[in-house]
Amino acid sequence: MSTPLQIAGLSVSLGGNSILKEVSFTLPRGEIVGLIGPNGAGKSTAIKSILGLVDSEAGAVRVGDTGVSDMESRTRAKTLAYVPQGAPVHWPLTAERTVALGRVPHLTPWQTLGPADEAAIRDAMEQTDCWDFRDRLVTTLSGGERARVLLARTLAVGADFILADEPIAALDPMHQLQVMDILKAEAEAGTGVLVVMHDLGLAMRTCDKLVLLHGASVLASGAPTEVLTDANLKLAFGVEVSRWQDGTNFLVPCAVVK
Amino acid sequence: MTAILKNKPWALNAVLLLLLLVAALMSGMFGQVTLSPAEFVAALMGDGNQGLSIIVWELRLPRILIGMLAGATLGYTGAALQGLLRNPLADPGVIGVSASAGLGAVIAIYLGLAAVSAFAIPLMAMAGALVATLILMTLASRDSSVLTLILAGIGISSLATAGISLVMNFAASPMSLQDMVLWMLGSLENRTYSDLMLAGPFILIGWAVMIGVGQGLNALSLGSDTAHSLGINIKYLRWRVVLGTALSVGATVSVCGAVGFVGLVVPHIVRAFIGYEPRALLLPSAIAGAVLLTLADILTRLPIGHGQLRLGVVMAIIGAPLFIHIIFKTRESMR
Repeated sequence: MSTPLQIAGLSVSLGGNSILKEVSFTLPRGEIVGLIGPNGAGKSTAIKSILGLVDSEAGAVRVGDTGVSDMESRTRAKTLAYVPQGAPVHWPLTAERTVALGRVPHLTPWQTLGPADEAAIRDAMEQTDCWDFRDRLVTTLSGGERARVLLARTLAVGADFILADEPIAALDPMHQLQVMDILKAEAEAGTGVLVVMHDLGLAMRTCDKLVLLHGASVLASGAPTEVLTDANLKLAFGVEVSRWQDGTNFLVPCAVVK
Repeated sequence: MTAILKNKPWALNAVLLLLLLVAALMSGMFGQVTLSPAEFVAALMGDGNQGLSIIVWELRLPRILIGMLAGATLGYTGAALQGLLRNPLADPGVIGVSASAGLGAVIAIYLGLAAVSAFAIPLMAMAGALVATLILMTLASRDSSVLTLILAGIGISSLATAGISLVMNFAASPMSLQDMVLWMLGSLENRTYSDLMLAGPFILIGWAVMIGVGQGLNALSLGSDTAHSLGINIKYLRWRVVLGTALSVGATVSVCGAVGFVGLVVPHIVRAFIGYEPRALLLPSAIAGAVLLTLADILTRLPIGHGQLRLGVVMAIIGAPLFIHIIFKTRESMR
């Protein structure tokens, strides 16, 4: 039940360029792990490679003894749920029908939604506070509402692990905190959550662990305070930071390293 | 009407089936010899006038059946292609699949293959449709923008039309030239049971290939990466829609020519009732396609001008303005 997701020695090359070099880390159930790093460090590729969207040339992604690539596709879908970057919705579906797509891995091609699916959809929408506008078209929602609907879509899968690629990139501070709270609550309920993010301060405050990618490899991983050291931040991001404590650890990038 | 049927697929399907029955009845009644409903039913049962019985059984019934199969195919493949390409303008006619099937058929006529085997025309039409669908997939599957799709469609259509014109240039006799024009205009006139037996099985195989793709098309609403993460095998899904479209549209074109816009008009109307979910559109689009083509075929029998109206022309007159209307509606996403 509490078997973690293990990423071991994952290497990916695209067009002759090495995008990931022997990336290894563990995503335990019940924890939220932040995947951070500068633009082009390979964060999105790492997530896509874990999901099998990008072929890896070496390494393995396993849950216990089972390789994710060996899983039957619906089993894999019920194990790993994905929040893609930008998260397009190509048709003006209602919020509820959009969230219902999260139940696809639980249905055979002929099945329609059953009571268990309806319950999962409602749970996910209540958890993300979007049940009230379930009948509105996603195309008419604000950015924050839409992000919550798409997150509910991911939660409705009921997967053991959630892989979220920059779920808060385009959101205002209130909605950023809201989305991180939902992911945190999901982790506390026993899901393993991997979240790609750029806000280092928020990553420090909300994540149980961080994995810092730099130059296609893992530069550091572990507790946020161990990863977000001045030396690591200078090397990976080329920035200097201000820190202070006020009940919790705060960190703000304040200058470019000369 | 819209409110009563809103979000009730079963009610919509029931109403559409009823409309199909009415359309079929009308199609059986109208023509050079116009029958009353009672005369039509009597002729169908084999009672009464022998001559009327022959008209109904030998002329009108195969035409009705082929029209229904063709309409259902064009409506279904329109809805399926729109789901696959995530684009409301995808239609076998608009994107050049029908024209390419026409090219295949015309080449078969030109080479005299029809005399070698009766299957030559449907097989060549299906091959033409397959090539066109594959080119389209290559050009438009990664990028779901309206512009890419339309440009790809223009390219494929132009190529196929140019090919047809070229073959017509070389046509040996006025007879084969006339045959070829028929493929371009589309018609259900003088169709027989042998046409039905020739194209019907391929149409049904095409349907069978595409059956059950709805779940995958729904998941594709969220983009191909998310659909993959939901356990959908995207390659397999694409192949099924492409192959199913090529088989069924190719066979349809081989028997009634290149009839466009059915797959564009029908899902557009159905969406007004049950929304945009690709899976929910498939079945009603098939039935509504059969209704539309049957009604359009009745219009071709109107005595207008010197000759007869052609089915493809009637559909273009209905469909082309709507095509422009949809472009206007979606022009925001074309920028």
